[in-house]
Amino acid sequence: MRIEAKQLPDSSGYFEQFGGRFAPETLIPALDALNAAYEGAKHDPSFWAEFDSLSRDYSGRPTPLYFAERLTKHCGGTQIFLKREDLAHTGAHKINNALGQGLLAKRMGKRRIIAETGAGQHGVAAATVCAKLGLDCIVYMGEEDISRQPLNVFRMKLLGAEVRPVSSGSKTLKDAINEAIRDWVTNVRDTYYLLGSVVGPHPYPTMVRDFQSIIGKETKQQILEKCGRLPDYIIACVGGGSNAIGIFHPFVNDRDVKFIGVEAAGKGIKTLQHAASLVAGRVGVLHGAKSYVLQDDAGQIRETHSIAPGLDYPGVGPEHSYYKAVGRATYVAVDDNAALEAFHLLSQTEGIIPALEPAHAISYTVKMASSLPKKQIIVVNLSGRGDKDVDIVARALGVKL
Amino acid sequence: MSRIASAFAQPNHTAFIPYITVGYPSIEATLRVVPLLAESGCDLIELGIPFSDPIADGITIQKASFRALQNGVTPKICLEVAKELNQQVKVPLIFMSYFNPIFNYGLDEFCDACARSGIDGLIIPDLPPEEGYDLELITQDHGIDLIYLLTPTSTEERIQLVAQKSRGFIYLVSVMGVTGAREKLPPGLAAFVTKVRSTTATLSAAKGKQFHPLCLGFGISTPQQARQMGKIVNGVIVGSRIIQLMEEDKSLSLVQSFARQLREALDES
Repeated sequence: MRIEAKQLPDSSGYFEQFGGRFAPETLIPALDALNAAYEGAKHDPSFWAEFDSLSRDYSGRPTPLYFAERLTKHCGGTQIFLKREDLAHTGAHKINNALGQGLLAKRMGKRRIIAETGAGQHGVAAATVCAKLGLDCIVYMGEEDISRQPLNVFRMKLLGAEVRPVSSGSKTLKDAINEAIRDWVTNVRDTYYLLGSVVGPHPYPTMVRDFQSIIGKETKQQILEKCGRLPDYIIACVGGGSNAIGIFHPFVNDRDVKFIGVEAAGKGIKTLQHAASLVAGRVGVLHGAKSYVLQDDAGQIRETHSIAPGLDYPGVGPEHSYYKAVGRATYVAVDDNAALEAFHLLSQTEGIIPALEPAHAISYTVKMASSLPKKQIIVVNLSGRGDKDVDIVARALGVKL
Repeated sequence: MSRIASAFAQPNHTAFIPYITVGYPSIEATLRVVPLLAESGCDLIELGIPFSDPIADGITIQKASFRALQNGVTPKICLEVAKELNQQVKVPLIFMSYFNPIFNYGLDEFCDACARSGIDGLIIPDLPPEEGYDLELITQDHGIDLIYLLTPTSTEERIQLVAQKSRGFIYLVSVMGVTGAREKLPPGLAAFVTKVRSTTATLSAAKGKQFHPLCLGFGISTPQQARQMGKIVNGVIVGSRIIQLMEEDKSLSLVQSFARQLREALDES
């Protein structure tokens, strides 16, 4: 007999003790309206027909599941498959969520879209979808990230979005989210907040998960076609955690499939210059949800560091906290140097330049694969391509471009 | 009746409630300004516990929080400051804090420490009533009022919910937006206050519950605004303008004269 996992979250947005809706009163009616609109869309076949059709013809889905033969050999034989989200339109998995929420915003009649971005991938995806759907787009981005990711800033502008620099706090993703929330509080009546990860107040963690689950659904079908069975491991990097939840969630009741989430250890867990919320944080409340958070003794949110801007965030989606609490997933951390090594390795063994974020997942995969039996199967979510990171890598190597 | 509720017991008196961030620009300034505000005729004082990510605050209080954190201010230090102030002033003290520092402290431990420091109420802008169940019980055990907020976007159901759960008073957020001094208050503000008033009045009549004082905050920065709004609410909360004046004039005489002007304006309303 198979015991089905409970349907989570509950109606208040809780994954057991994680999640909820810790938001200013101004936003509660807007979150209620969003939840109602999403519930309506979720049960409307025409909404999904449009999502599926655009996913196929616009985003280029399904993305391939690719057998990484040379990487497999390099590691000693455990079969490594890469889910090629780097091949999706705009170069990362972020387009799935941006498309879903863009369609929802249109359905709700909201024409002004705001978004936050860290690496710039979500900002680019949001700007892309807004251009396609004819919506106004404002993207909040920390000044630190703007200087780290100039290419993505320019891409957003080319797509017609306004990029607003955020100079408060650590000038990275968390501060961009703060500023987007402040904008939403001020302009809530005509504005849709297109949040980019499985974080934030209910219903965002669930809604973003549902849009990103297309990754895991495709993976399941593809691995069955290729191998005739499910993988032993699924490995994905975790910042806020949307690409990881997207590939994990469709397998959540397949108990033999082990999940590994890889966080950013930055310059090392002991240095405090990292972004490993699940590995090294404590339960707290940030950006509207109860989850693991990097915080000091007084409950102030810590500044984080990772070479991968998309992982540089002190919180994590509540569903990951739940997976950790119940042991459904294991969370580990990989530091900047190891991620850089994996970045080179994948580039040179497979001819695929990964984004620095999934380079963390590749690094852990390589380490683990050498000690596993050959017949085992690992699927890694290659969540984005590395073009955007070439500058950072050159700087890390001391190369002048 | 709680100490906060008593502050509204006097008929035809509109309460003046200043807000300051603890430890901005220094702890010493906090210890000086609170007695000055109390002398200048305020009825309650809101003490802000600084937080790293103040999503409901505009630039003035964001900067004040940031500076206070750089000064090493923690919830523990805020509790010590409150204890010292409580010996100097008679007006009730209310903490304004985001939820994480309180959650991190431990709800029970924090409320226990608040009670021992003479804190009478808590305002938590990111804790709507749906998430406040545990803290409601614990604050009640410690004789502390948990004050909820309503905004112009709040629906009729939410007004009823907050009216039933908020203790001490109901905090009406005057604008859609973050804290910060504004030249003009939004049109439709009187209609918002009237809507809440009629709901709370119906509720009081139906359940025999006591009267719900309504206090208005966010954006109020001049005596004229205070005089105008003082006619329709039971209290007026002023924060960012006070922080700005503390920055402009370290001797605090500007803050003191501003507080007196607000008191006079409210007495005329």
